[in-house]
Amino acid sequence: MAKFEYAPALESRTVVTIRPSYGLFIGGEFVESTDGSSFKTINPSSEEVLAEVTEAGVADVELAVRAARTAFDGPWGRLPGAERGKYLFRIARILAERAREFAVLETLDNGKPIKESRDVDIPLAAAHFFYHAGWADKLEHAGLSGASTHPPRPLGVVGQVIPWNFPLLMLSWKIAPALATGNTVVLKPAETTPLTALLFAEVCQQADLPAGVVNIITGAGDTGRHLVEHPGVDKVAFTGSTQVGKSIARSIAGTRKRATLELGGKAANIVFDDAAIDEAVEGIVNGIFFNQGHVCCAGSRLLVQENVADDVIMRLKGRLQTLRVGDPLDKNTDVGAINSATQLARISELTEIGQAEGATRWSAPCALPERGFWYAPTVFTNVSQSHRIAQEEIFGPVLSVLTFRTPQEAVAKANNTRYGLSAGIWTEKGSRILWMADQLRAGVVWANTFNRFDPTSPFGGYKESGYGREGGRHGLSAYVTTGATR
Amino acid sequence: MSTTVTGRRAAADRRIEVRKTYKLYIGGTFPRSESGRTYEIHAAGPSGRFLANAAMGSRKDARDAVVAARGVLGKWAAATAYNRGQVLYRVAELMEGRRAQFVAEVAAAEGLTPARAGKVVSQAIDRWVWYAGWSDKLAQVLGGVNPVAGPFFNISAPEPTGVVAALAPQRSSLLGLVSVLAPIVVSGNTAVVLTSEHRPLPAVTLSEVLATSDVPAGVINVISGRTAELAPWLAAHQDVNAIDLAGAADADNLSWAELERASADNLKRVLRPAGDDTGSVEPDWSRTPDLTRIKACLETKTVWHPKGH
Repeated sequence: MAKFEYAPALESRTVVTIRPSYGLFIGGEFVESTDGSSFKTINPSSEEVLAEVTEAGVADVELAVRAARTAFDGPWGRLPGAERGKYLFRIARILAERAREFAVLETLDNGKPIKESRDVDIPLAAAHFFYHAGWADKLEHAGLSGASTHPPRPLGVVGQVIPWNFPLLMLSWKIAPALATGNTVVLKPAETTPLTALLFAEVCQQADLPAGVVNIITGAGDTGRHLVEHPGVDKVAFTGSTQVGKSIARSIAGTRKRATLELGGKAANIVFDDAAIDEAVEGIVNGIFFNQGHVCCAGSRLLVQENVADDVIMRLKGRLQTLRVGDPLDKNTDVGAINSATQLARISELTEIGQAEGATRWSAPCALPERGFWYAPTVFTNVSQSHRIAQEEIFGPVLSVLTFRTPQEAVAKANNTRYGLSAGIWTEKGSRILWMADQLRAGVVWANTFNRFDPTSPFGGYKESGYGREGGRHGLSAYVTTGATR
Repeated sequence: MSTTVTGRRAAADRRIEVRKTYKLYIGGTFPRSESGRTYEIHAAGPSGRFLANAAMGSRKDARDAVVAARGVLGKWAAATAYNRGQVLYRVAELMEGRRAQFVAEVAAAEGLTPARAGKVVSQAIDRWVWYAGWSDKLAQVLGGVNPVAGPFFNISAPEPTGVVAALAPQRSSLLGLVSVLAPIVVSGNTAVVLTSEHRPLPAVTLSEVLATSDVPAGVINVISGRTAELAPWLAAHQDVNAIDLAGAADADNLSWAELERASADNLKRVLRPAGDDTGSVEPDWSRTPDLTRIKACLETKTVWHPKGH
């Protein structure tokens, strides 16, 4: 199918003002670092430097944790839930009011298509705050205490570290439940995507959120480690790689710190021969090419029933040739830039290994921009289960295709992974959907859909995809204690 | 003269008791430790009398137990909640039938009076009954429908996490053991439990009850021995999904921090021992439990499906 030609439809950058440099947001205001250094954040689609950002040091982390503690012990801790909730409602409203600004900034800093930041990331972030705002004065009704007479109480200071794939959305998944339950937070955004978190600090100021309730410190892995290991942190919430998740689990071993870890995935997207094939193809595309495949729950393994495999792969390749790869600010763009040179190198390395191990590679023919970090949508066929591209998280626009004959074989292959974050099922047979959903060892199962998210819907993994849930009533329990003592 | 005759007659009448060999319980069978090792078990309290030579489990025994637990996991997890509830209730029934033996063993193991031991045994039996009733209520209490903003049916429900290793409490040899074990298996997990190191005998007798109950072979595996020797192998085992460290409190030469650290290698769910900071204490097991221990061994699965016509 020929690609329709569209004139460029660029979203305007004028809605965003990026400062040349940013300090740390501690105790309600932007402050200079005491012992840190600085680094640059760039636009991955052009390699243009966007701003200079602070790399927080040990003393900065100390100040941020202390500010959060002061706020927790002070005004925030004494605030009735209803009043706490009103701050969250305010934040939700401001995010909606400034949605376009956030969307453009997210796309500039992250490289994702504007249609995704505009239609997915920012609206969902606002929705998370709105949803959790309503919980703030209803926690005793959430069924978290069982028969205990102790109402749910906050844990204290929460240290949160988030990834670069959905910067503001991950911030909202972390901060909204923490604040709704009465905790205070120190959050570190990813080093390649700090700007929307820093803009969120301005939202906190506009909302008149008490000083120290939310502290944003920028930096790389070391900053995150200092935060997680700080003895003044009562709870750690992390989204990122399984490798870092394990090191966090080790670092808090033997303490009373609590943790939720939302880590990697290698989801199977399973297509049966009775599926609505065109819908399934859309689901496959959404599953692995949404957000350049930078999605922990991406459907990176396609398991397709053998008798329809050729047909599905043919239609899939046809569909991929219509995807528009290019300028993320263009409203017609489907696939944006890879977030960083490091990530591009990782994707290239694993795909080369895929070829070397004998899988057959096909990439959508498309012209990639000269500057910036880009990777064409790629499909591997003739993949076997032992191939590294079938086992390791690539975190890019790369799909590995395997086949199966029976539902039992599909289950065995789908579960043959150390991960267990998500899975997809495509079939028109209801009983098969329900049986498959029971068998799959994954925290989220999408049947005849994929990559759906909602603040009311718990999200999180089995096995090495981490533990704890975010969203819904389940997500609240990670931020409260209901015992007589902690 | 008459005294001598009476004495002789008494000696002739006195029956020599048939003692029991206390063994491991793995995959529904009662092996001795493959290591061939045993260790002496003595009564608590001033008498300190010899009670038995218990099997001293080894790393191989622990690993065999994990294999057994993994093997039967699918079957046990797929059993209906109603069925699992009945199976747990049946354990209580059979314990009641062996009450006298449990009372004697708990009294000896924990240095309790028979009356006090009787109370503890009653509580242990009742604990099975309490947990049995939870099997078919968890999904409704812990799960539910999520009102997502779109045309989707969206439901969350709890599922067992898999194979769970447990360090049974060191002091409460039976009530503590049951309080740790029942919440693991009620939701469909399978268990490998290390008994109290110095008080293993009631646990071994419980395993004999389990063998004649309806609990499928391998669902519960019971290993006696040195906690500090065996626990690290279970904490580091890549095919164990969760670990309950209750028995780290008062265990000889054991650091629960080390066990938690080892557990991070495959991101086991860790149920820490009770206590503050780095310390650990054995809780009062006679208290009515809550859902904490059950929840520690559950995953939440959320399923989405579009609505349409």
